[in-house]
Amino acid sequence: MKMWKSVLAATVIALSASAAHAARTDLVLGVVLEPPHLDPTAGAAAAIDEVVYANVFEGLTRIGSGGEVLPALAKSWEISDDGKTYTFHLQDGVKFHDGSDLTSEDVVFSLDRARADDSTNAQKALFAAISSVEAVDATTVKVTLNSPQGSFLYNMGWGDAVIVAPETADGNKENPVGTGPFKFANWAKGSSITIEKNPDYWGEAVALDKAEFRIIPDAAAAIPALLSGDVQAFANMPAGDALAQIQADSRFEVVIGSTEGETILSTNNKKAPFDNLKVRQAIAHALNREEIIAGNGSGLGTPIGSHFSPGNAAYVDLTGTYPFDPDKAKALLAEAGFPDGFNATIKLPPPPYARDGGQVVASQLRNVGINLEIVPVEWADWLDQVFKNKDYDLTIVSHTEPNDIGIYARKDYYFQYDNPDFDAVIAELDVSSDEAKRTELYQKAQRILAEDAVNGFMFQLPKVGVWDAKLEGMWANSPVQATDLTGVHWED
Amino acid sequence: MSIEAPLPENAPEHWLRLALKNRSFLTGLLITALIAAMALISYVWTPYDVTDLIVADRMKTMSSEHLFGTDHFGRDIFSMIMVGARNSIAVAIVAVGVGMGIGVPLGCWAAARGGFVDEALMRFNDLIFAFPALLSAVMITAIFGPGAINAIIAIGIFNVPVFARVARAGALALWPREYVLAARAAGKGKALITLQHILPNIASMLLVQGTIQFALGILAEAGLSYLGLGAQPPMPSWGRMLFDAQTRMMVAPHLAIFPGLAIVITVLGLNLLGDGLRDVLDPRLRRER
Amino acid sequence: MTAFILKRLGIGLATLVLASIVVFAVMEILPGDPAQLMLGLNATDDALQALRNQMGLNDPVLWRYFSWAGGMLVGDFGNSYTYSSPVIELIGERAIVSLPLAVISLLLSTLIAIPVGMFAAARRGRMADTSVMGVTQLGVAIPNFWFALLLIYVFAVWLRLVPAGGFPGWSGGIWPGVRSLLLPAVALALPQAAILARVTRSAMLEVLGEDYIRTARAKGMPRRVVLWRHALRNALIPVLTIMGLQFAFLLAGTIIIENVFYLPGLGRLVFQAITQRDLIVVEGVVMLLVASVVIVNLAVDLTYALVDPRLRARA
Repeated sequence: MKMWKSVLAATVIALSASAAHAARTDLVLGVVLEPPHLDPTAGAAAAIDEVVYANVFEGLTRIGSGGEVLPALAKSWEISDDGKTYTFHLQDGVKFHDGSDLTSEDVVFSLDRARADDSTNAQKALFAAISSVEAVDATTVKVTLNSPQGSFLYNMGWGDAVIVAPETADGNKENPVGTGPFKFANWAKGSSITIEKNPDYWGEAVALDKAEFRIIPDAAAAIPALLSGDVQAFANMPAGDALAQIQADSRFEVVIGSTEGETILSTNNKKAPFDNLKVRQAIAHALNREEIIAGNGSGLGTPIGSHFSPGNAAYVDLTGTYPFDPDKAKALLAEAGFPDGFNATIKLPPPPYARDGGQVVASQLRNVGINLEIVPVEWADWLDQVFKNKDYDLTIVSHTEPNDIGIYARKDYYFQYDNPDFDAVIAELDVSSDEAKRTELYQKAQRILAEDAVNGFMFQLPKVGVWDAKLEGMWANSPVQATDLTGVHWED
Repeated sequence: MSIEAPLPENAPEHWLRLALKNRSFLTGLLITALIAAMALISYVWTPYDVTDLIVADRMKTMSSEHLFGTDHFGRDIFSMIMVGARNSIAVAIVAVGVGMGIGVPLGCWAAARGGFVDEALMRFNDLIFAFPALLSAVMITAIFGPGAINAIIAIGIFNVPVFARVARAGALALWPREYVLAARAAGKGKALITLQHILPNIASMLLVQGTIQFALGILAEAGLSYLGLGAQPPMPSWGRMLFDAQTRMMVAPHLAIFPGLAIVITVLGLNLLGDGLRDVLDPRLRRER
Repeated sequence: MTAFILKRLGIGLATLVLASIVVFAVMEILPGDPAQLMLGLNATDDALQALRNQMGLNDPVLWRYFSWAGGMLVGDFGNSYTYSSPVIELIGERAIVSLPLAVISLLLSTLIAIPVGMFAAARRGRMADTSVMGVTQLGVAIPNFWFALLLIYVFAVWLRLVPAGGFPGWSGGIWPGVRSLLLPAVALALPQAAILARVTRSAMLEVLGEDYIRTARAKGMPRRVVLWRHALRNALIPVLTIMGLQFAFLLAGTIIIENVFYLPGLGRLVFQAITQRDLIVVEGVVMLLVASVVIVNLAVDLTYALVDPRLRARA
């Protein structure tokens, strides 16, 4: 009997030791927003890319953790001297999750589908420069552009440009079929999405067997889920004021990174009195960025002085252009003809950065005499009223698309900003592929926007990465809207 | 006028005496008066300005400086509760007013006319009752946008059938009474009879129902503003304060406790007042308690 | 009796038809373009137009109403704009959260309220009665979402007995699912229980005052038997009415409570669908809720008729 017991004990110990030895291969990640569907080529929602980009779907190129362009389905490419022709060489032996082979025809199909007249691609502009796509042979694709485009390879790395198969494209919303290292397993609507390892992946196999994206929309639910171990990672956690508590807990690693989300006080540049540069400068002087950031929960975020991510190599710190100075703001308002200030409205979409930040902004502007009426709006109304019909004075929104300074050159964009000098810089940027030249142009563009005080530039949205201390390979920053799990693994 | 309607069973002195003996009436009245006073005083004075955000002072706990502490923007919670009372009361009063203003005439009309009008009104009631109230309130605010006015409309609509029902039931019971029949015989019109004889006699019933609906209105407003559909910042509201408190509860529980207590105490006070009023005004019900 | 049932059925059906018109009309005037919302900031006009055609948003109003209403009759609620899956599937997936939640809380509330109400009635006017009634008075005054916050704070954050929110699904077994519904069910049930207990008490008091009860007591029947067998049965009518009304209340209450606990139920579905302008989902869920209220009320009416023949005659 005694003997039996000790054998049992030994077995238990051996079993538990071996269990401890083999690292875990499953992961539950918390995500704030549930994607409306899982087809990145048919929707703008960042939540789609956060699940499927780089995990389930791949494009010709991909964006790395530092924002760089890396080869993906295209292992290499050549660019013609005039910069108008790109020849992509595809990886060998790539299979879609349904077992069919990836061929150059799939690439032609995907790009033609995205730029077709009846395309429902949310980022159709990415493909606007393409004039034709041809399959040269089974693994070679030639893309011809109307004019050289410096950002073309980067554009092809967006989630909206992933390669899909003609047979499965229509079903991708519900049952995504891509070429990535994970394949779609299950979606319990309103609750979670599960992906599992693709055993037939063409590239390096991933360490995780299974990953579940659990939808946890708010700090109130996120914190207990993390503390109890139900969820082991948040690429970007809505921790709010509880972050300090988590940081103090050695079980977790907290990595504050940067996103591509420029959070700005968008201003209607064609509407009086905001068409007056002095008024916009006064607003810029009235904003106390530190206080706005502190009022936003976790108190994190990097102040910005223009529409550019501090994580980008071409970033210049322009927060000093119009420093916080309420007296100067009042003086400028007086010069502009508003010695007693004026009334305006501010429309706030649902995210906390807008609803909470908006209250702080309203209080700061009231201090210099600008009385804001706060109008909360749902996203649907925001898109309709503000974005489409430009029916607004001020609004707060985070522009999370990567590298999107070019929107200021768009004629019909809701800022209603119009500056030929700026447009010229962007036009030049579009046709330059030399890095040094591009950096210089980017910096010039940032300066113009800062000096024109086009919008109230507030802060870069932080990426509050929180995960189990034993988990390795999560991205610190998010140069694209993605949760790239290809390098994620558990330490022993 | 040969036959007069009888005086309401209780002359003023009579029910005043009853009221002073009724504990729940007195407690309810006291609480309601206190909250109302707080709301009124907030128009002229609050300890701190609730529109002034001092972010550096955020989430301070209770102290002699800030009796109930400060919120995530550094605003004084006691002051916010005072101003929030004003919002809650205003929304609930107007919503009940809308319900009464539309529902009572409808109910009286249905009772007076009977037949098709009556049937149509009852079906209309069924229709409104078939919609879960909160759901419809969410839909209404989705159309017109969130805000105090739309919260009033949403809550008001659901008060209409309640008052229509109460008024109709009360009026139906009165129409066969002798003094009403006599008035009809004297050639008075239905509208005039309703005004002179029916309304004064169902007034106490309506008052009691009104108090109860008022309490429900305060709860409904809190629920709507918790969902972000009621009064909008910078106007403080109790429900919204609870919403803001939810994610910070672990760090600063006081953010959730005081606004919640404010709601409970107000609703409790109104319910006690309603119960007390019923006891005082309606002797038949008093027997049962 | 048949006439009564037919009349009630007819009224129920008419209510549903009217409700469908109201719901459809309300959704028509809701501002915002679902297509724009789905495609986001950078969408081009022709992409939007293509999507609108695809979703059938460009069809005439009447056509859309009849195809929607007709579809519902055969169980086809259309396809969600945002999830692009059949609405009926979405409803099914969410109902397996909301229905158990509503049932558990209705059970909880009934199990607490009826004994408490009877207990208070039996001890009318004494200390026990007064204190029970005091507690129910408080229960009626507590907003359920605040009560939920307090429950989360005590049982999930402080004691860590149950999860603070979210729903693990039923695939992992019954218990994890039920465990995460416990707090929400309690939060929903207690305020309802307070109301129900008060109704039970006064209904019991009324019945206890009736002659036949006094006769039964005078004949020497034990107090307990009188209370449970005779009095309760007759007091059930008002109690049932309130329970019927409460069902509608519970359904609506799930909107707030599911938001507090992040439960993927019908309430959250409809709330999200409204903000995302997923009109067809809103229409489907609202009609379903309205239908269930109508059916429950019908059932309550019919039960009356069975319990009380006098009501049958009157109808």
